[in-house]
Amino acid sequence: MSSAEDTWSPSALQRERDAYRKRQGLRSLLIAGLSTLVVGGALITAVVSAPGWERTRTTFFNWDKAVESFPAVLAGFWINVQVFAVSALCVLIVGMALAVLKTLRGPVFWPLRALATVYVDVFRGLPLILVLLLVGFGVPALNLTGVPTDPIVLGCVALVLTYSAYVAEVFRAGIESVHPSQRAAARSLGLSGPQSLRYVVLPQAVRRVVPPLLNDLASLTKDSGLISVLGAAIDAVRAAQIETATSFNFTPYVVAGALFLVLTIPLTRLTDRAARRYGAVPGGGHL
Amino acid sequence: MSALLGIENLRKSYGRSVVLRDFSLDVDEHDVVVLIGASGSGKSTLLRCIDLLETVDDGVIELQGRDITDPRVNADEVRSRIGIVFQSFNLFPHLTVLDNITLAPRKVHGVPAELARERALVTLERVGLKDRADAYPDHLSGGQQQRVAIARSLVNDPVLMLFDEVTSALDPELVGEVLAMLRDLKSEGMTMLVATHEMGFARQVADHVCFLDGGRVLERGAPEQVLGEPTQDRTRQFLRRIIEAGRL
Repeated sequence: MSSAEDTWSPSALQRERDAYRKRQGLRSLLIAGLSTLVVGGALITAVVSAPGWERTRTTFFNWDKAVESFPAVLAGFWINVQVFAVSALCVLIVGMALAVLKTLRGPVFWPLRALATVYVDVFRGLPLILVLLLVGFGVPALNLTGVPTDPIVLGCVALVLTYSAYVAEVFRAGIESVHPSQRAAARSLGLSGPQSLRYVVLPQAVRRVVPPLLNDLASLTKDSGLISVLGAAIDAVRAAQIETATSFNFTPYVVAGALFLVLTIPLTRLTDRAARRYGAVPGGGHL
Repeated sequence: MSALLGIENLRKSYGRSVVLRDFSLDVDEHDVVVLIGASGSGKSTLLRCIDLLETVDDGVIELQGRDITDPRVNADEVRSRIGIVFQSFNLFPHLTVLDNITLAPRKVHGVPAELARERALVTLERVGLKDRADAYPDHLSGGQQQRVAIARSLVNDPVLMLFDEVTSALDPELVGEVLAMLRDLKSEGMTMLVATHEMGFARQVADHVCFLDGGRVLERGAPEQVLGEPTQDRTRQFLRRIIEAGRL
């Protein structure tokens, strides 16, 4: 197979085709670059030439104010990061557990299935702020011993309660998208039900739902700041609010926004790369 | 008269494995050419290259006298003149039989919905499935699904039909109904290029049989000759294995 391969070089016709494709590629690139420049330039001109631009610039994009408020906002952002990291881990675990419960078949599991369904229905439907207030102020009011009263911990609990309901449905969609024949093949090899789930179904399911999963995680990074309504923690947005209150300059908000982007954009890129590395799973049909 | 389909010095590789090398083949109008050969001999790749589902590395494919491998050619226009049927049917599971068939006429060829529906029903009648027009693919047998897939290609009036092991995924008792359809198509004068492992069918229907090996046509001739008195050792070997497997 290899001897003939070594002697092959493209024919004149093929070289001409390749050259044409390259020219077309360059042309497309040029058009794309040019149109981006034109649209971008037009947008910037429109904003900058607006009558109130000077005012907006000093209120939202004030460099001195940004530098001045940065330490406080960054300290608040560190709270966001910690709350996010802990909650995200718990959300993924609880969400997966709920999804598995919801997909269990057979009458024996009816109570578990019903419980998971009710849980998802309730916590997906309740506004997050309400869950936060209920857990954050309601639980300590019970005066139970051994139950944490730290508002940050309780805030995380509320986040996990709400987000695991979302994430459970994402995982369930993934699990149900794996063709039943995959489970049948696994069972036929002697794998038990839980084993087929663990080694065959879930790995495929998780890979398929990475993009919607990231939606929820990105949303969680932002909502992690809501725990500051419980009063104790000062997250990036709350810190920015405090900074703003002293000078009526909104730049700290822009600083906080930039910090959130610094967290979520790399998160997305890294996950995309990981998903590619482990191979995308094709859906149904094949040629 | 020049051939309907002319392939010259075609080359196609995936990474370092060369699937087709210096591949040449002519198919005249109304001809049925059957491609046989071991798995991996390039049958499917050839059909996919002809339908422009793959970009070739080198060489020329001419359809009705025009080079279709030229990057300046509108691939969608070329594909609308070629019908292809796959091993795994590839019907759209979210559409009924009728909608599967009318999708391309309505969205690609701009046929009004009512006319597309009429034509689809005529084609469905031809494949004997008019009563299943409103069924979903999941509710059909494999043989029925494959007949719908054929109807879906036929409704666009292709000048050339490509069949890629269309019976390989079917139960033996369902193979017959699909092969009968191919026979009907031949009697109507359709030009066909058929990759198959059904040697009995090849013998009955083919005008020419091509044995593919190592990315080339190793032997080409009338079915009685290639399947009966092959001149090449590799062909003899291949046929012997098929006979041993009880498939001839």
